[in-house]
Amino acid sequence: MNVFKADDPLLQVHNVPRYYGDRIGCTDVSFDLWPGEVLAIVGESGSGKTTLLNCLSTRLAPTAGAIEYRMRDGSMRNLYQLSEAARRLLMRTDWGFVHQNAADGLRMNVSAGANVGERLMAVGDRHYGKIRETADDWLGRVEIASDRIDDDPRSFSGGMRQRLQIARNLVTHPRLVFMDEPTGGLDVSVQARLLDLLRRLVADLGLSVVIVTHDLAVARLLSHRIMVMRHGRVIEAGLTDQVLDDPREPYSQLLVSSILQV
Amino acid sequence: MNATAQIFDQGEYNFAYLDEQTKRMIRRAILKGIAIPGYQVPFASREMPMPYGWGTGGVQVTASILGKDDCLKMIDQGSDDTTNAVSLRGFFEKTANVRTTYETSEATVIQTRHRIPEKELREDQVLVFQVPIPEPLRFLEPRETETRKMHALEDYGLMHVKLYEDIAKNGHIATTYAYPVMVNDRYVMDPSPTPKFDNPKIDEMAALQLYGAGREKRIYAIPPYTKVKSLDFEDYPFEVQKFDKPCGLCGAEHVYLDEVILDDKGGRMFVCSDSDYCEERRAAGHVGPMAANPAAQQIGGHGTNAEEASR
Amino acid sequence: MPVRLYLNSVGKSFTMHLQGGTVIPVVENVEFSVEAGECVVLGGPSGAGKSSILKMIYGNYRCDQGQILVTVGDEIINVADAEPRQVLRLRDNTIGYVSQFLRTIPRVSAEEVVAEPLIAQGTSEAEGLDTARSLLSRLNVPERLWKLPPATFSGGEQQRVNIARGFIAHYPILLLDEPTASLDAANRAVVVRLVEEKKAKGVAMVGILHDEDVRQEIADRIIDVTGFSADVAA
Repeated sequence: MNVFKADDPLLQVHNVPRYYGDRIGCTDVSFDLWPGEVLAIVGESGSGKTTLLNCLSTRLAPTAGAIEYRMRDGSMRNLYQLSEAARRLLMRTDWGFVHQNAADGLRMNVSAGANVGERLMAVGDRHYGKIRETADDWLGRVEIASDRIDDDPRSFSGGMRQRLQIARNLVTHPRLVFMDEPTGGLDVSVQARLLDLLRRLVADLGLSVVIVTHDLAVARLLSHRIMVMRHGRVIEAGLTDQVLDDPREPYSQLLVSSILQV
Repeated sequence: MNATAQIFDQGEYNFAYLDEQTKRMIRRAILKGIAIPGYQVPFASREMPMPYGWGTGGVQVTASILGKDDCLKMIDQGSDDTTNAVSLRGFFEKTANVRTTYETSEATVIQTRHRIPEKELREDQVLVFQVPIPEPLRFLEPRETETRKMHALEDYGLMHVKLYEDIAKNGHIATTYAYPVMVNDRYVMDPSPTPKFDNPKIDEMAALQLYGAGREKRIYAIPPYTKVKSLDFEDYPFEVQKFDKPCGLCGAEHVYLDEVILDDKGGRMFVCSDSDYCEERRAAGHVGPMAANPAAQQIGGHGTNAEEASR
Repeated sequence: MPVRLYLNSVGKSFTMHLQGGTVIPVVENVEFSVEAGECVVLGGPSGAGKSSILKMIYGNYRCDQGQILVTVGDEIINVADAEPRQVLRLRDNTIGYVSQFLRTIPRVSAEEVVAEPLIAQGTSEAEGLDTARSLLSRLNVPERLWKLPPATFSGGEQQRVNIARGFIAHYPILLLDEPTASLDAANRAVVVRLVEEKKAKGVAMVGILHDEDVRQEIADRIIDVTGFSADVAA
């Protein structure tokens, strides 16, 4: 994979904490994310990985610190100093968010085509034929048959819903996609297909991805870099294969040794 | 003189049913609505002596703007003599003792459910709509907090999702009433359940339009001569319904028609939905293709009888 | 010939936190260099740390002490303290790794698996797949398997797919982790030829080869890793 096209980071996170009252959600998190880079955040439930993901994606305001993002014009902007309108625009054009539960990221009562087309309409596309054509193209790219374009996602299987959610996110060619356990709750075979699809899309589109997962196999397959979180802190970070093959911290070693070998 | 009339004789305190403080509150909401065309202004909707769905929002707006010298017209489905119109007209005759009329040109305040009169309205007239569901985004987004934010941020992609679904499922935009519009290039608004046939009349209308939703506690407005655009797609432009024949009674074309069943043998007729407009045309000598039909005459005569009775 | 790779006082140990923090020393003071067009084979019994040295060069294992210097054009990069993205860039263009074990990816065909590193270096997809097919054919992988994902292949077939993947792209430095283990004589000979071709192109290679015949044929120098044993040094 020919990954790094630019030398400027896309996202810079400086000392971001998030407290829930006295309790720590996550704290002392700092890292840079470069264009085309896939970063996996791993750790067990309650380790703060989802809190961190929500802070990064402006769904949850951090208690302090700064998160800067390189806008399409090249300027670096602090996300929490943007107006809400600008943040929303960012979220529906330049970013994507793939939820673990597809129903959280889809409109379950409108057709697959409209689900994919919504972002286009939100940014001002007003040609039905073209919107439908683009939606159809994206359904193809996530391996959903054209004849399902007018069906509601309610009639889709779990794997199809997840693929539809991915298409819905990618239709505006975002540069940064957040994923929260995108393969959670799926059958192993469905998971494998989805992972392969994600791997290809990420490489083909040169996406930057921050993916939260507790599944180290997912992290190994998709990510370049990994951050291991525990009790709200990043305890180890580095190249994915380095952290997984030569874990240094006690907790990382425990995590790696807990993988079932098939 | 009945009991209600006596009350406002003693100092005109409860003219038009609502107390003055309430009317003042509603007028403030109306003014705010006029200042921000298409924006839904929350207001403290009152219990009215009629059920929700009968036009409590419109009645409160009308009551707040009505003066002694006004002349009121009440329309329900285009007609002045259907149940709702008759009751609400009676309500204001009783509580405000204002002059009422069937004639569009004579009225200064027109309260309507569903239709906008065929006759062009003037600057000195006010059109009050009864609105059941003011939020055009409700169809796809049930959370009020979210729809408010969407209005605030002009985040209206969802509105086109609804139209997209229409075309995907029906091959054309099948929404025929409550057809969403963009007011003054800013707010998406639901023009109440009026047929989309009337949408072009809302655009650049000379008269002030006020919309009241009693149950949902919202008032919104379109000031005179405001740009109102019906939402559509480039390749599926907004179109009004077309009728392939003229009104059976008065022969009018390019008006909104209602289907009327004449007998139990399949006889039917399309007539003007705006009964006042139809009568005026017939009085002026226009004759439709069905005018000679006895069953049709009976229907056409209905309005005239009612009008005579009211005089 | 110019030096491509230089290991300077490299040391490595593992701390096993799950076993009460036992420290297992692996190697210490590893020092050698490899020139362009040279094949250096690491010798010594298993457990001496040969594989760990290769993995440190590839950035797969952390290097605790010393430097691992790699020349990239006019630049010298120290793998031991490089940023993750620098290491990834090295793996794209500078250091290749041929191992016995293929990490299969679901639904990607054998020829695509093989072609991927070459395409990543900028070769067109069609040319990459052509080269992949000719390599698979040289390594006697039956043509009917080329379009299938290798997950279901036999161990030997997977190994040859992986060798093809390791040799296809051009890396100035190539690490060979027992590429010929359990191969038959014919295929061993193919690997030997592939190594010779890489040498001719000036590729610097470091290998672990247990097969005595192959070692004799391709090794320019043999370095006995037991000399770097941490136990000895301690």
